[in-house]
Amino acid sequence: MATGILNIKGRIWWIVALVVLCLVPFVLPRFYVYLLSIILLFGLFAMSNNFPLGFGGIYQLHHAVFYGVGAYGTALVITKSGLSPWIAFIVGPLIAAFLGLVMGIICIRLSKLYFGMLQISLGSLVWAVVYRWYSFTGGDDGIHGISVPDIISSYKGAYYFTLIVTGISLYVLYRLLKSPYGSVLQGIRDNPVRSSMIGVNVKKHQLLALVIAGFFAGVAGTLFVVVDNTVFPDMMFWTLSLEAVIMCLLGGWLTFLGPMLGAALIVIIRTFVSTYTLYWALVLGIIFTLVIFFLPNGVLGWIEDAVKRKPNLAEAKE
Amino acid sequence: MDVTGVLNQVFVGLSRTVILFIVSSGLSLILGVLRIPNVAHGSLYMIGAFMAFTLSKLFGGGDMGFWMALIGAPLAVALISLVAERGIFQYLYEREHLMLILLTFAFSLVFGDLVKIVWGGEYKSVPVPYMFQGFIPLIGGLPFPLYNLFLLVCGPIIAILLWLLVNKTKIGKIARAAAVDMEMVGAVGINVSWVFASVFVIGCLLAGLGGVLVAPTVSVTLGMDHTLIIEAFLIVIMGGLGNIWGALLGALIFGLSQSLGILIWPQFGIIFPYLAVVIVLIFRPTGLLKATW
Repeated sequence: MATGILNIKGRIWWIVALVVLCLVPFVLPRFYVYLLSIILLFGLFAMSNNFPLGFGGIYQLHHAVFYGVGAYGTALVITKSGLSPWIAFIVGPLIAAFLGLVMGIICIRLSKLYFGMLQISLGSLVWAVVYRWYSFTGGDDGIHGISVPDIISSYKGAYYFTLIVTGISLYVLYRLLKSPYGSVLQGIRDNPVRSSMIGVNVKKHQLLALVIAGFFAGVAGTLFVVVDNTVFPDMMFWTLSLEAVIMCLLGGWLTFLGPMLGAALIVIIRTFVSTYTLYWALVLGIIFTLVIFFLPNGVLGWIEDAVKRKPNLAEAKE
Repeated sequence: MDVTGVLNQVFVGLSRTVILFIVSSGLSLILGVLRIPNVAHGSLYMIGAFMAFTLSKLFGGGDMGFWMALIGAPLAVALISLVAERGIFQYLYEREHLMLILLTFAFSLVFGDLVKIVWGGEYKSVPVPYMFQGFIPLIGGLPFPLYNLFLLVCGPIIAILLWLLVNKTKIGKIARAAAVDMEMVGAVGINVSWVFASVFVIGCLLAGLGGVLVAPTVSVTLGMDHTLIIEAFLIVIMGGLGNIWGALLGALIFGLSQSLGILIWPQFGIIFPYLAVVIVLIFRPTGLLKATW
């Protein structure tokens, strides 16, 4: 699916998908349009998490902190500075990217689980500051009723804005993955020792991946401000980070679009299960367990495997 | 800032340290021997606390109830963990850490909702047993709760028992050997699977014990697992993975920086322990004491 983005057949599918997504607000009621916006921005969030995780092999375990900081950055610029919200939409992700750089420099010396743990500890530090700084960030209440420009303040406007920004972000992420830089990054994931032997600066490439991931997580956070007009400290709590990692796993972290699918599944399951029962986390937990047991490459990874396997079977029969 | 105030905070911090040490030593044991980063450890701590509420109520809420809870709740938690280990975890030891983190996180979601189903969403409070009610005067005349003194006695006892278990008993020696080379231990004819199961159960029992001991001092509520598990993980990483004394050292740093941080800067007291972890990990990336892996 990911490889087909630029060939003719793939392009047709993409155009069809885009047209359908553009027509959605004319067909579906408000709630579903809102839900779709949330799916898109969570998908972007999970895909930006998957950039260092699935393609860089870095244990990015506290990605939510960049998402939250991007959202808070945007919200604070809008509410405190009086600058145009459009500037805020750029400043938020840049702050997140800068945090990605700072945390990356501190964490990058460590590998695997230690990296993830130091990141969680730094992220908890950020969370604690935001949680307690009542005069600036609103503390545990967060900030509500953030005003966005009129053109994107309606639910349809917010949806189209989310769709456009997510689309551009995905395209940029895809190009990055297919660029020489992306190939080097995946090379580092598969064999860091060999990569450094042939003269690749491993740490520098990984650091860049963290900054890129931070930036796009910040973009997702900004989109949340546009769609929901609110920010709260739970946006950067570690449970959300693990949920993002699970989105990547559920969809398939070796595929480009997998995390988007995972995000869609989780948002849909949560929304519809919670209308039937209070105990949606129980259902979600059981689904995760089953996926980890039976689909270690995720849903999309499993589909890709199945599609690839079919021609081979046909050949074998001949 | 007067001396008695500081001293009081030191003792408050030390009582917190005891709880943190008990829970994180269990986590460290599991991480060191089984290499499972068990995110559900915090849920077992929460279950221990809720179990303490039920048992202490069942036995009349007095001293008897407390002692029964102290014995019964950790055992109940151990039973739950035994079922989880034999049923699911034992098939996953070979998986990579990321998968195990996610799997145990999924478990913590399930456990969280099960607690909600069994005990409901309201706050629960466990009474301090009669014999530990009241205060004793500290140096400088500040009253110090008797129950916290009991906690301060519990901490060293459990540390010594754990040390004896790991270093002086047969199962401890096998477990340490298995942590270094699991295949070799299996090759000399030891049933590694059951050694792992017992280490897992002992680790989880400690989580339950921590939950029972903390129950009279806090309001028992859903979500108490989320803050604790992160603290426990950071303590274990800070002290050195799998090292019991490292867990003690980490818990001391965490507990004291928290209680003294509140004194220095009340509003941002909670950031000090995280700051301490960051500083430790910048200078000693693999923890203060020797890690087992």
